[in-house]
Amino acid sequence: MDEDRGKRGEPSDAAKWYELFSRGARDWLRHDEKVREAVRANLPEIIAGGDVINGGARTVRVPVRMLEHYHFRLRRPEEQQGAGQGKAKPGDVFSAPGREQGQGDKGPGGRDEGEVQLLLEFKIDDIVDWLWEAMKLPNLKARVGPSEETEWIREGWDRHGARSRLDRRRSFKELVKRRGAPGATQTFIDEDLRFRQLARRRQPALHAVVFFMLDVSGSMSDRDRKLAKTFFFWVVQGLRREYRSLETLFVAHTTEAWEFNEPDFFQVSGTGGTVASTGLAKVREIIDARYNPGRCNIYLFYASDGDNSVSDAAESRTALTAIAADACFTGYAEVSSGLSRQLATETGKLFAELQAAGCAAGSYALNDFEDVWGAVRHFFTAESQAPESP
Amino acid sequence: MSEGWQSYVRRIEELATRSGLEFHRVDFEAVPDSFMMEIAVYGLPVRMPHWSFGVRYIYQLIQRHMGHSRLFEVVFPGNPGHAYLAESNGLAENILVTAHVLGHADFARNNLLFRRCQEQVSEHIVEHAANHARQIQQVIETHGAQRVEVALDAALALEQHVDIDQPLRRERYPEYLGDAKVLVDDQFRKRFAALEPLAGGSAAEAKKRAPLPPHPERDLLWFVANYAPEMESWERDIFLAVREESFYFYPVFASQIMNEGWASYWHARLLREADFIPQQAYLDAIKCHSDVVRPIAAEAQVALSINPYHLGFAMWEKIVEKNGLPAARAIMQQDDDFSFVRNHLTRELADELGLFRYSARNDGQIKVLEHDLTALHEAVLAPKYNFGAPIVSASHVRNDGTLELTHDSTVDGRGLDLERSRKVLDYLQRVWRRPIVLTTVNQAGSALELTAP
Repeated sequence: MDEDRGKRGEPSDAAKWYELFSRGARDWLRHDEKVREAVRANLPEIIAGGDVINGGARTVRVPVRMLEHYHFRLRRPEEQQGAGQGKAKPGDVFSAPGREQGQGDKGPGGRDEGEVQLLLEFKIDDIVDWLWEAMKLPNLKARVGPSEETEWIREGWDRHGARSRLDRRRSFKELVKRRGAPGATQTFIDEDLRFRQLARRRQPALHAVVFFMLDVSGSMSDRDRKLAKTFFFWVVQGLRREYRSLETLFVAHTTEAWEFNEPDFFQVSGTGGTVASTGLAKVREIIDARYNPGRCNIYLFYASDGDNSVSDAAESRTALTAIAADACFTGYAEVSSGLSRQLATETGKLFAELQAAGCAAGSYALNDFEDVWGAVRHFFTAESQAPESP
Repeated sequence: MSEGWQSYVRRIEELATRSGLEFHRVDFEAVPDSFMMEIAVYGLPVRMPHWSFGVRYIYQLIQRHMGHSRLFEVVFPGNPGHAYLAESNGLAENILVTAHVLGHADFARNNLLFRRCQEQVSEHIVEHAANHARQIQQVIETHGAQRVEVALDAALALEQHVDIDQPLRRERYPEYLGDAKVLVDDQFRKRFAALEPLAGGSAAEAKKRAPLPPHPERDLLWFVANYAPEMESWERDIFLAVREESFYFYPVFASQIMNEGWASYWHARLLREADFIPQQAYLDAIKCHSDVVRPIAAEAQVALSINPYHLGFAMWEKIVEKNGLPAARAIMQQDDDFSFVRNHLTRELADELGLFRYSARNDGQIKVLEHDLTALHEAVLAPKYNFGAPIVSASHVRNDGTLELTHDSTVDGRGLDLERSRKVLDYLQRVWRRPIVLTTVNQAGSALELTAP
């Protein structure tokens, strides 16, 4: 059969024309656009579910179902009759074939087209932009250094410009395009030339250090940790908008405290009680050893179930107040799966006092993944309204 | 196209004519596989744009990647007919496909249902559909893609809701009720009129506005296009364009078993009789034939669906063998799938093919049911009733423009899928622009109203 193919004549003009565009692809793109619109409208709910975040990547993948164009249909009955073919006797009973790939998608009997899931990939930067826009979140105020600087970056092309910004590759493409037309001049003319353009871009302010402190005592469940992780993740994204260089540090504590790198941090699980002051002391130690509070912006976010040891209260208060004095903001997220004690815990009280004392601090109770957005919004609003520390 | 194949077309056509097939000339065109796939997705070579076709396109792509579906040809009835062949077909496949296409062309020219619909739609549906696509493209340029999409969402959601027993170009309902029938002026009438002063009615009052619609209207596309209180004329055109295409699709849908069976019967027979085909090509073609008409159950022991090519092919073989070709041709002309299956799928054939009826519970348990030929017929045909859609009619338009739709649950025995129905009402509401009320039944069988907005 292959010889036959080889002998086939020139494709007709019409056939060549068919190759030029695909209507199926066009309508698919429109579908894709609709899905993206829908995803964007429900973004907070979708990405709050912890699964979309994969460490380090600059994109998130959101699983979505294909859209359905609805028609009037009958309700699915309890029992449905159909016609089949094969070696089967009346009274034979078998179970439905598993939804293997391609099952039930062909022929008149295939009622379901088989669930196909799409994985849409979104840039985290885009998502954060949308979210900040949608939630009308203010931009943060850096405490140290210029809050904003501008920089020239390349953006687009123009037909006029300085010789030094001539884009040869681009110009040559224009020449090639133009030469396609009959009777066109074969050499470069002014119309072909393309110059790189510059645009002024606002750049985030200076340097910031974020401490994420996590309570990993026995009372913290996996789900609690995951909630904290989701929350931390979006906090980092928000801060990244503001600071050109952002350092993240991870401290976990039970009755002792350790510094971790990011991958290990969320895997850690400890046993025993909760002594928050050990974690705070660790943070203090790191600040003193590596950073000058006068030169960089410090943030502390703490996630815990709030079950701090009562005897630790005084010590924690002292440590926390000292850090808050140096930090742009200290935040507390209470992850308490199940009981919603709503910040009436030991640690909750601690942060409430801090806030009452006029420090830039805030707390929020996270009971479920849906609360993550509330928490993110809460912190960023609170932070921007916080009084400038003396 | 391969030279080799071209030289056979004429000879196959001659053989077909000698065998009694009557068909309009068919133009053959070889197109890339990607284009074949699009024809399958859209149902027509050039058709209006809509995102739902994009979804089908992806499913089709996935199937193709899994090696499930391969399209050899798509044929459009008409005068001349138009057949698209996949460029990737080899010589043997093309010979088979040519014979197959001629079977379809014979069917489309002689089957009454096809003929009636073609008289309505004209024999140039391919061009009409391309025209619709072009007009819609123009509307997109004037009114914007978003507004057109709103109209298409609604129109295409109702694509099965046409009444093909009515002409394509239908008159609007008479605005006034006709004169009351002249009744026999007998003794009873007189006494009756004396009893009830109003019953006689004076001639001046006779001109009464007809209710809208005068009877439950199943042709929703037509009804909306004609009676929507605030629809733009280009939106009406979109509804009528979708309706015309549905008129074209109906016979294809409602005679699939017959039509595919007929074409398969003829390609097999013509191939057997064509002594001019080289041995190797014949063998390849026969192999291809048995792939097309094989039962789905061939590999698995049991299949929960039936290959229409296989069923139709087996039925036609039986009919020709028992009753002879002239009788078969008469059946081909007069039947559609409903009468075809009910009249000609016999007990013996059903047993021979191993057809059975089953019931599937929601928990996935499937039970093979007792032999019952009538019930088996209905199980085969059930997905085809009413163009595959529940019967929903426009029953009334209230004074404020509210549209009342009624689902006839007595026919299909259960209520509508509420979630989906609500979405359809939402689509429709955006072009009807007044409230819509849909009556159906709930699980317990009592009436249930859905409203939009």
